[in-house]
Amino acid sequence: MTAAPGYAPRRTLPLRVEIVRQFKRRRTIVAFGLLLALPWILVIAFQFGPQGPGNGQGLRISDLATESGLNFAAFALSASASFLLVVAVALFCGDTVASEASWSSLRYLLAAPVPRDRLLRQKLVVALGYSAAAVICLPLMALLAGTLAFGWDDIQVPGTGETIPALDVLPRFGIVIGYALVSQLVVAALAFLISTVTDSPLGAVGGAVGLWIVCTILQAVEALGVLREFLPTFWNNAWIDALAPELDWSGMAKGASVSITYAAILIAIAFRRFRVKDVVS
Amino acid sequence: MKRTAALVAVLALLGVTVWLVWPSVPEVRGQAQRITVVDGPSDDQRVELDVTFFPPPEGGRAPAVLLAHGFGGSKRSVRAEATELARQGYAVLTWSARGFGGSTGEIALNSPDYEVKDVKQLIDWLAGRPEVLLDAAGDPRVGITGASYGGAIALLTAAHDPRVDAIVPQITWSDLGDALFPDAAGGGPANGVFKRMWAGIFFGQGGAVQGGAAEGLEALTRRPQPMTAEQARCGRFLPSICEIYQDVATTGKATPEAVELLKASSPVHVAGRVKAPTLLIQGQRDSLFPLGHADANARAIAAAGTPVSLAWYDGGHDGGDGEADWLREQTLAWFGRYLKGDDTAAVSAFTITRDGGRDPGTRQRIRLHPEADAYPGLGGTDVTAVTLSGPEQHVANPPGGSPAAVSTVPGVSGLLGGGGQGTTGLSIDMPGQSAAFESAALTAPLQLTGSPSVKVRVHGSGEVTLFAKLFDVPDSFQPPALPAGLVAPFRVTIPEGAGSAEATVTLPAVDHRFESGHRLRLVVSTTDMAYATPAEPASYRIGLVSPALSVPTVSSLAAPPSGIAWWVWAMPLAAIAVAAVVLATGRTGARRAAGPPAAERVPAPDDAPPLEISGLTKAYRNGELAVDGLSFRVEEGQVLGLLGPNGAGKTTTMRMMMGLIRPDGGGVRIFGEPVTPGAPVLSRLGSFVEGPGFLPHLSGRDNLELYWAATGRPAADARFDEALEIAGLGKALERAVRTYSQGMRQRLAIAQAMLGLPDLLVLDEPTNGLDPPQIREMREVLKRYARDGRTVIVSSHLLAEVEQTCSHVVVMHRGKLVTTGPVSVLLSTATATATNGHGPRLEDVFLDLIGDKA
Repeated sequence: MTAAPGYAPRRTLPLRVEIVRQFKRRRTIVAFGLLLALPWILVIAFQFGPQGPGNGQGLRISDLATESGLNFAAFALSASASFLLVVAVALFCGDTVASEASWSSLRYLLAAPVPRDRLLRQKLVVALGYSAAAVICLPLMALLAGTLAFGWDDIQVPGTGETIPALDVLPRFGIVIGYALVSQLVVAALAFLISTVTDSPLGAVGGAVGLWIVCTILQAVEALGVLREFLPTFWNNAWIDALAPELDWSGMAKGASVSITYAAILIAIAFRRFRVKDVVS
Repeated sequence: MKRTAALVAVLALLGVTVWLVWPSVPEVRGQAQRITVVDGPSDDQRVELDVTFFPPPEGGRAPAVLLAHGFGGSKRSVRAEATELARQGYAVLTWSARGFGGSTGEIALNSPDYEVKDVKQLIDWLAGRPEVLLDAAGDPRVGITGASYGGAIALLTAAHDPRVDAIVPQITWSDLGDALFPDAAGGGPANGVFKRMWAGIFFGQGGAVQGGAAEGLEALTRRPQPMTAEQARCGRFLPSICEIYQDVATTGKATPEAVELLKASSPVHVAGRVKAPTLLIQGQRDSLFPLGHADANARAIAAAGTPVSLAWYDGGHDGGDGEADWLREQTLAWFGRYLKGDDTAAVSAFTITRDGGRDPGTRQRIRLHPEADAYPGLGGTDVTAVTLSGPEQHVANPPGGSPAAVSTVPGVSGLLGGGGQGTTGLSIDMPGQSAAFESAALTAPLQLTGSPSVKVRVHGSGEVTLFAKLFDVPDSFQPPALPAGLVAPFRVTIPEGAGSAEATVTLPAVDHRFESGHRLRLVVSTTDMAYATPAEPASYRIGLVSPALSVPTVSSLAAPPSGIAWWVWAMPLAAIAVAAVVLATGRTGARRAAGPPAAERVPAPDDAPPLEISGLTKAYRNGELAVDGLSFRVEEGQVLGLLGPNGAGKTTTMRMMMGLIRPDGGGVRIFGEPVTPGAPVLSRLGSFVEGPGFLPHLSGRDNLELYWAATGRPAADARFDEALEIAGLGKALERAVRTYSQGMRQRLAIAQAMLGLPDLLVLDEPTNGLDPPQIREMREVLKRYARDGRTVIVSSHLLAEVEQTCSHVVVMHRGKLVTTGPVSVLLSTATATATNGHGPRLEDVFLDLIGDKA
């Protein structure tokens, strides 16, 4: 008899269990609460903010935010994609293993035993799921809030001011959210890797966000030339192309390529390291 | 770790060394001097030219490049370009043309009698330089490049001097008469409409700029110098040219003398004699010398069999981006090929700069450079007929020609040093002055490349001056855009009594994409600010002879592979491959460390002991051994005490039992199965090591239930009730764990270890933090647990604890096994040391064993 009756490695740590374990955390609730409240805060800000004389004249994404619900959702996404969503994704992915280590519950899971690869896989899937939910819920809530506040109308394209019918742009919106998900893969993978090597959840989240900020700064160094294209942050805003009159895939393709490349390698390193790691926490 | 640090240090050192030792770019030094030339129709006028010679920095003989400046400039305005060319291994000569900068003489508009003769003598001078490569004695290997005025001298010199080997004229004219008196109806300069504003700027720049150092903003801001009457009138122009200009600028009509004079300065009439391979670079934003001029030059040169390439770039006299880097690349490639004989340097026959949208990363404009293997001409490779519609419309010429329509404001961006964005779209038509004919909305995008043409009929009398423009009308609220701000002026002479006349109007050559849904709008107006228009009021009727507007397109223009770069798909695939390798090699590493290979594994016998440790060794990072060759065995039904002082290696040993850390040597077997991280046999082990580990936000009950769910085993096997009874938490079970006391957590953790009643229970200091009644209870629980055929291992540093709980004991000290055996045997062997009258105590035995007697 090699194992206890009823034990099977592939049945350990079911996704449902991990989801429940994470969901009841205050951190999760607060993060989602914030993401869902942000669109309403923005709506209030736009409603009560002073109406400039040039209101409705400019063609920046922020000037057009009050034109329609779709415009508003695009604005909310652009305002949050560069930092808020990064932090949210880093939170879900960076905290997942490191917090278990800091609670000492990691060693009991491993001795249960949940095989190490399986533990990482299940945790990664759930963390990515929460991250995806965060990335999706913000624009959807913004769409809802914007539609209630500013009405359902065709989208006015930032920059050129052209109008695309609302029904044509809805699939594009799907592309935008999909791309935002893919582009956040790097943050997720990086946070996850750090999470497996440290016992400090804040260290993992902060490390991922910190490296992200360094990349954003490096991106501003024009002297790096074409090298910047390979920074994980470089294509972060490429989803704007999906809202252009002519859908342009090239930027998003490059961004997805860079993102997947980094994510694949970082996650592989995370698994490899964790597999042989001495768990002393 | 150390190896990595050493590697990084070595690489850093290597990098710094290479950086320090790397040969620096040799410095380019210009040598200013004055060269006296003799020119004039009868070769009797001495002129001193102010030149700067940049020898090739590498030394030796190199091909030479003559770098000419634009109108109003001097040798100083091309200094940066000259330095760059010299750095690329050319001997570069810049000079101020006669009448400009520090050179003497008067401006003769690149006349073959004056400027061309000057440049021929500069080539003579180059032939005598030791730095210049020679094709033959007196014949240097030489190329000429320059923009505008400097481009024309390149063409004219190449036509008059066969020693020139390659030229790159930029934004220059083919026929100066056509440039200043264009007629889009094909009437020639004599019938042309005077390009008043450009002509004024052009001639104004030849004014009294003595010392010639001022360009751009400097020219606008510097204090004007006092001038003589003659200087003020004619500046540094040759008096004969000045006279003619004064005449035509007043009347707005080209006189035969003017046409003749301008023809002498026009390369297109002598271009057939150009034998030097020519790269013509013309600006798409140029209302002075529009693309048609490059077309005329190219056709004339190519007719004689000389290789010609054309590039339409985003720039010109009206601004645009300028694309300085790209122009330099093209120029270097051309000279590389024809002066240095570098066959790898290739320039396509026809290249266009197109807007490639915004860069998704930087959000900045990017430019594409689609290429064609052959130059199709302004007629394109294909022609699309677009149907225009609109009735005959009345238009009026306002008295005095004012107010006038605005298309391009010439010279504004040019004066400010160029580089500014053009004024596409800023186009104003005055009401009542224009007739408009519009197409239906396009069903597919239309890329116009070349000159569209249309046939119009004008009703009226006498000479009618008109301006045709082709607008791009978007479907939404955006204003119509006039591509490149270009207009086609034309003059129709209506014969007496005919009442109307037809004209075929060739619209300006542009490269413009009309998007799907946009409309094309032909506007014919009576005024344009940049041109001289008649002062007498008049009114006409304008209609289309044929509704077809022929729009040339060039299908052979293929964008260079701008689609998806190879790395876009290659990189993720490579990354996934690398990831697979990383994982695969990691797995073999794990297997090697996990104990004997599968072949050596024998199925565990049913009577295998619950725990068997052999030669177990684990070193700390600093090399000190935490566990050193530990071997012992635990039989079924035993309660084993793992005894040792703090730091004896008890906890490390237990972690190795749980598969949390990997032994450096030896191994642990549980029920005969080797322990590896996540080995299934661990499911028969319950453990509590180094304190509890719970999710603080969940209740005690949730923690236990979720833990059990995480093992994947049936809930019925958990025996929750028995475990919870041991925990004895009562109602606190429903509170979040973060509210628990240390003792409550401890009991909950032991309960968790006992979930499912594992065959082997490992507890690390289980009684820490418990109060005396609870300690006693715990002892009973453990004894009872072992009595049912299960095995318990308890570590402790408390002797009394072990003595009262355990049947067997393993004593460890500094990672090594000191002794092992039943507690009773241990006690009986120690009678000798019992000195104080009491029975033997484990404490004495222990102190004795670990050698602290001394």
